[in-house]
Amino acid sequence: MFYFETGQYKTSYAADQQIFPLVQDRVGIAVIVLLAFVAVPLLASPYWLGTIMVPFLIFALAAIGLNLLTGYAGQLSLGTGGFMATGAFAAYKLTTAFPELNIVVVLLLSGTITALVGVLFGLPSLRIKGFYLAVATLAAQFFLVWLYNKVPWFTNYSASGVISAPPRDVVPGVQVTGAAASTEAKYLFVLTLVVVLAWVAKNLTRSKLGRSWMAIRDMDIAAEIIGIRPTTTKLSAFAISSFYIGIAGALWAFVHTGSVEALAFEINVSFAVLFMIIIGGLGTILGGFLGAAFIVLLPILVNTTLLALGLQNAIELAGHIEFMIMGALIVAFLIFEPHGMARMWQILKQKLRTWPFPY
Amino acid sequence: MLDLILFEPIREIFEYPPFFFEVLIGGLLTGVMYALVALGFVLIFKASGVFNFAQGAMVLFAALTFVGLIDLGINMWLALVLAAGVMVLLAFAIERVVLRPLVGQAPISLFMATIGIAFFLDGFGQTIWGSDVEVLDVGIPDGPIIVGGLFMNAFDVYAALVCGVLVAALALFFQYTATGRALRAVADDHTAAMSVGIPLNRIWTIVWAVAGIVGLVAGIMWGSKLGVQFTLSLIALKALPVLILGGFTSVPGAIVGGLIIGAGEKIFEVFWVGLHGGAAEDWFAYMLAMVFLLFRPQGLFGEKIIERV
Repeated sequence: MFYFETGQYKTSYAADQQIFPLVQDRVGIAVIVLLAFVAVPLLASPYWLGTIMVPFLIFALAAIGLNLLTGYAGQLSLGTGGFMATGAFAAYKLTTAFPELNIVVVLLLSGTITALVGVLFGLPSLRIKGFYLAVATLAAQFFLVWLYNKVPWFTNYSASGVISAPPRDVVPGVQVTGAAASTEAKYLFVLTLVVVLAWVAKNLTRSKLGRSWMAIRDMDIAAEIIGIRPTTTKLSAFAISSFYIGIAGALWAFVHTGSVEALAFEINVSFAVLFMIIIGGLGTILGGFLGAAFIVLLPILVNTTLLALGLQNAIELAGHIEFMIMGALIVAFLIFEPHGMARMWQILKQKLRTWPFPY
Repeated sequence: MLDLILFEPIREIFEYPPFFFEVLIGGLLTGVMYALVALGFVLIFKASGVFNFAQGAMVLFAALTFVGLIDLGINMWLALVLAAGVMVLLAFAIERVVLRPLVGQAPISLFMATIGIAFFLDGFGQTIWGSDVEVLDVGIPDGPIIVGGLFMNAFDVYAALVCGVLVAALALFFQYTATGRALRAVADDHTAAMSVGIPLNRIWTIVWAVAGIVGLVAGIMWGSKLGVQFTLSLIALKALPVLILGGFTSVPGAIVGGLIIGAGEKIFEVFWVGLHGGAAEDWFAYMLAMVFLLFRPQGLFGEKIIERV
């Protein structure tokens, strides 16, 4: 009754191929985007904007990236942390070498560099798949982080191995990186990028490329036989996924933390992003957002609960309990809802459509 | 630059060969310890086709339990038996709660489920036993000994012995007991094994229990070498490239892979990157495995992968 498609006729191919074919979806998305752009910066406190919304958006971007590779193309990767580090350090080298370059250009270029690195580490996917590939991508994780940590060129010979984002404007007068940038500006900047990139990703998955990714995922040999080139398909998935993850890494280092060392992108980041897409929903764009929101909010929830229970100074305990909850949730989702929260949303929509009758 | 990478280390090796052999043997002995962890993976993979990412977490959990029990004032041998019992219980729990509902799912789902198990165990173990670095001393002699004019670490030699005994015991178990035969049957063909009346669920429980006990041994050895702490869980990740090299289904492969990785990374570390920052041990094994995979995806001793539509 709330999600009724009755009466919405498609009279042209263009109308039939819309991203959101239902009026309700279009209105809903418009309202959410409007809320995110107008209401959130007006109403949310700087704490909420800076420590919850910005990391949420950045992780959502990384999750979308990994989802393109793992959820759509079926190539399991545990190298997300390494690729995020690549994006961060590429952006740092670029912006210190060419200070006059606009930060958006820097981000896109660092994404491109990460894409190249991703293709390099994606080469084994041409021979192997599944958990063999997962182990091979661990090489990317450990090698890349080691490289940025040990080779001083990447940090411009900084003694501590930490890179700090220099102040940069996105349009003259609006700083988005560095200490002086306002939280609102940072939030809106990240939000704009994420909305645009998510829109591109959503369209990509409906394109020829996206369909060939899914064909490779569902059965690679059969896909090959019907004429999909595995080489270009797999490597393009690695490239585009790494592009997204690289931008997310650069945003993490530049906009969120401001200064970062290579070890901040250790293996647990890779797992966190993987968990986001499992919980959120493999092979959906919405899942990236849902999963990222969940994983970002979980530690805060655990901490508040422990505080409410009267356990002060329980930071270590909170960390362990977080691990336990995360692990248990992963198993639970794989058993009960392998398609994640995105699928739950689908079911809810169906329920809304037929309510108050069961069919 | 080229000279630095290609010739200088070789020159160094030939300048004083005994040092090279000491590094080599040190590496081989570390490799045995990797193989010890890798064994647990192979057991589970052979019997159930599950790639158990949680083996590292099981190593940590077993070691934490063992140390925790000793700290409670329990006799070491009793603690060993109790810890083994805990690992068996864990195997029951995993089979019942995780594996059984996921029967028939894609292998990659099971793999991701074991990542979940790994996180749960890491958190669970440290919630119960705390996350301080615990010193573990089970009375294995440590210190340098000289064999044939070469310096070696006594502890590593004993670790190699323990590993050898464990492998021999496992081989006998697989070869000569009824359960072992059933395990091999399941490894060969799940459906065929079920049709001749082998209870699949029980076999899985047994295999996870054996892997847990192997993990306990590995945890005790690594724990007494490095102290029982969270990093054990990461060291166990090194078993993955070992497996890739050796082949997932082969026990001898796990051992040979462990030896190659152990020796390779030590030699690479000492002669190639030692002077330029170091810590290449973090990634060498994975890189070697990745390059190796490009040429021989099934590993040294693995079964050839045949795919059909």
